[in-house]
Amino acid sequence: MSWRGPGPPHAPPAQYRHCLRCCQDGARIFARIVCGIGLILSLAFTSPRFGTAGAQERDDRIERALETYRSMMKADPWSNPGMLDVDRGEALWRTPGGPKNVSLEGCDFGLGPGKVDGAFAGLPRYFADADRVMDVETRALWCMEKLQGFERTKLITRPHPGAGTPVKDLGAIATYVASRSNGRAFAAPLSHPRERETLALGESLFFRRSGPMDFACSTCHADSGKRIRLQPLPFFAKPDEARKIVGQWPAYRVSTSHVMTMQHRIYDCLWQMRLPEIELGSEASVALISYLVKQAEGGEISIPGMKR
Amino acid sequence: MPAKPRIRLPDSARVGEVIEIKTLVAHAMETGIRKNADGSSIPRLLLHSFEAKFGGREVFKASLHTGTTANPFISFFMKVSGPGEFEFVWIEDGGARITERQTLRIA
Amino acid sequence: MWIKRGIAVALTVCIGAVGTANAQQNRAADEHEVDTIMKAAFPHAGAEWVSRLKGDQTMQTCSDYKDAPTAEFTRAIGARERELIQYPADGKLMGDWKRGEQLAQSGYGLRFTDSPVRETGGNCYACHQLTRQEVSYGTVGPSLLEYGKIRRFSAADTKAVYEKIYNSQATVPCSLMPRFGSNGVLTIEQIKDIVALLMSPDSPVNQR
Repeated sequence: MSWRGPGPPHAPPAQYRHCLRCCQDGARIFARIVCGIGLILSLAFTSPRFGTAGAQERDDRIERALETYRSMMKADPWSNPGMLDVDRGEALWRTPGGPKNVSLEGCDFGLGPGKVDGAFAGLPRYFADADRVMDVETRALWCMEKLQGFERTKLITRPHPGAGTPVKDLGAIATYVASRSNGRAFAAPLSHPRERETLALGESLFFRRSGPMDFACSTCHADSGKRIRLQPLPFFAKPDEARKIVGQWPAYRVSTSHVMTMQHRIYDCLWQMRLPEIELGSEASVALISYLVKQAEGGEISIPGMKR
Repeated sequence: MPAKPRIRLPDSARVGEVIEIKTLVAHAMETGIRKNADGSSIPRLLLHSFEAKFGGREVFKASLHTGTTANPFISFFMKVSGPGEFEFVWIEDGGARITERQTLRIA
Repeated sequence: MWIKRGIAVALTVCIGAVGTANAQQNRAADEHEVDTIMKAAFPHAGAEWVSRLKGDQTMQTCSDYKDAPTAEFTRAIGARERELIQYPADGKLMGDWKRGEQLAQSGYGLRFTDSPVRETGGNCYACHQLTRQEVSYGTVGPSLLEYGKIRRFSAADTKAVYEKIYNSQATVPCSLMPRFGSNGVLTIEQIKDIVALLMSPDSPVNQR
């Protein structure tokens, strides 16, 4: 990379200097990944004690190294490519589309038609016009269908992107709407009788074990400090931990180079649980999301998040 | 519709100040190394160059390769010489260009 | 006085019985509703996939009690699940630890994108530490480092670990660990290979 500018080249901030040696183009994200992996490996293999007595110590050091890697990714929120999908979602929101050639600016997410600021913080909620409890994606789907005339079946067939491809239009719109609640706390009342039913259903589904692996959500997500391979598992049944995590979804997933929405996240969990493909906007999916949001009540919304 | 690249400049800058310019562009940055399920290679299609001009003069240039992640974030620093307009160009294999312009406000 | 006591006891027993019956009925009513909602969420799933949406009697109990069953249910589950354990025909419980390590590393199989032709793995490293060399291990389950060595490679422990992998519910009712054998996830031959990984003196699990 050549520097041509007025005056001498200025070094980048201190925390990135050691990364520039690793890569020709100095692209931060790649540098962070390399450094992150290097950090983890060096900590893991230079530990003087390899006996079982040192296992907890090594686990802690690995965990701290992973946290450093993750916070390096988060340190510059502007570097989050998920912002591009927020922009795309906003453009889709404003631009007339679908067979009816109408924008989504008339869509009501619970605070009135077109009012998106703070709407996500109040979801999921019961909508009388649909006579259903809906999360942000289910509601966006509803509006795309009812306002713009899109066919629902087309929108819910293969709704989630494959690795390396960007989030689809519905997900981008939901990500935009969700990001307009950034900085606010989750505050969905979940008090309407239908909302309470949905919440109770969500809790019972969270603990429902089935399938060839006898997995429930709780199998992985009902204890503190556990991880699958090197991926820590948030303890969703504990509000403390739920509050830190739920508000980061939709999130940009580095491993798949795209934004993953909450419906997609749950779909993907069920894939790993050896269960079939859950339908976007199904009552069961909204119920699970309601349970997670309830556990995360008071937690900050910060979208898009950045995940492995 | 693909998203426009994101450009982040400070709201305003003083002459002589060193500022950071941040850019983010949507691109799959296909390396040519990945394979389809049937074993065939997914062809390479990268943004191979990024060029930034200020007031018509080149101030930063980068050659990007297969090591650069999808949706690249590139930032660089510049000492402000006066008011002007930035022009950012990303060039794809095959010659297609993505161009963005933004004016720098001087305090 | 005895009559009063008798009536008091009888009333308590009756209310208790009715209460339990109601509680069971409520659970059954809720359960039916949940089943219906679950099925509706997977409209394109074939019959085999739909059958995965509901756990068996043991899993229903574990779900109801959030994996902390009463003493009575603990006994019932243990007894029921132990009956399901099948042993190798030749009586040999240990296979090839090298294959066991491959199985422990592989998380492939039984997902809706997986091919039934390719071998299903045990995915042990998802939840457990096994060999010293593998740093990418999970912590949902306890570390299995030096598993056989700690147990002095005893025959009794070899049998116990075979049973645990085949059907963990037999030893720990409502254990988080899948019933690899009875649920048909792993074959007996595969389980033997994993037993060897844990219990063979040559296995890297038991090396310093």
